[in-house]
Amino acid sequence: MADPRRSPLAHLAEPLAATGIMRELPYLSSFEVRGDPAEPAMARLGAALFPGPLLAASWPTAGHAAGTGPRYALWCGPGWYLLVDEPGSALAEAMADDLPGVSAVDVSAGRTVVELSGPHAREVLAHGCALDLHPRVFGPGSCARTNLAKAQVILHQTASTTYRVFVGASFADYLARWLLDAAVEYIRGEPVDQ
Amino acid sequence: MLSVPCPWCGPRDETEFKYGGQAHVAYPSDPAALSDAEWASYLFLRDNPKGWFAERWFHSAGCRRWFDVVRHTVTYEFAPGVTP
Repeated sequence: MADPRRSPLAHLAEPLAATGIMRELPYLSSFEVRGDPAEPAMARLGAALFPGPLLAASWPTAGHAAGTGPRYALWCGPGWYLLVDEPGSALAEAMADDLPGVSAVDVSAGRTVVELSGPHAREVLAHGCALDLHPRVFGPGSCARTNLAKAQVILHQTASTTYRVFVGASFADYLARWLLDAAVEYIRGEPVDQ
Repeated sequence: MLSVPCPWCGPRDETEFKYGGQAHVAYPSDPAALSDAEWASYLFLRDNPKGWFAERWFHSAGCRRWFDVVRHTVTYEFAPGVTP
């Protein structure tokens, strides 16, 4: 049976692809986790989610992401993290244990992700973001909750020229159209009608 | 545009914040004992200094935390040492 789901930016897939800069990453799993990283339950959850030598540093510090590969945690605020993984991942199973003092809520359906990549990705974002995105300040592994255009987003730089923009599903259409407009000057040829 | 020093996220643009008014306005210990005038004074009357002013800000687009800063109402300068 075909996948009955419809992602928030499915209707803009074609113009996004035509820019050569952007694409939607739909249906990523995400959990909002709240808890004091000094608590044993948070340390246990961190160790379960990110097995390996990074045990002590499994929860990110301010303004940073932790974990590499498809599963990582973004720092949103003190004691507040967004866990992200591939669509249909087993994140929920890691939360199944009894974790006193930790709150974890599945927010996968609340947001979608626009990924910008290529040499112009940073310039496109900078058109609408007041943060200093220069690599000296905001490099790979950095993340920030901020405003992009007029939408509240979580910005995450995954590689030297690749950014993920987490945006609320109801804001996704607005933000994607704004990004398409911001990207016009970097596109070769005529933009595709939206 | 002010650049507000969030103690968690660092300096961010004013548009990411909500203003919370004067800081250190304590809730009355026994509100029922207050006269109407005293209650109105607690609710509505705030200092309006020309100079340094302790005030509350809420980082609504970022870490969603309240914090106190001291700002100069003439020069808009923020004093160092913000308190979460």
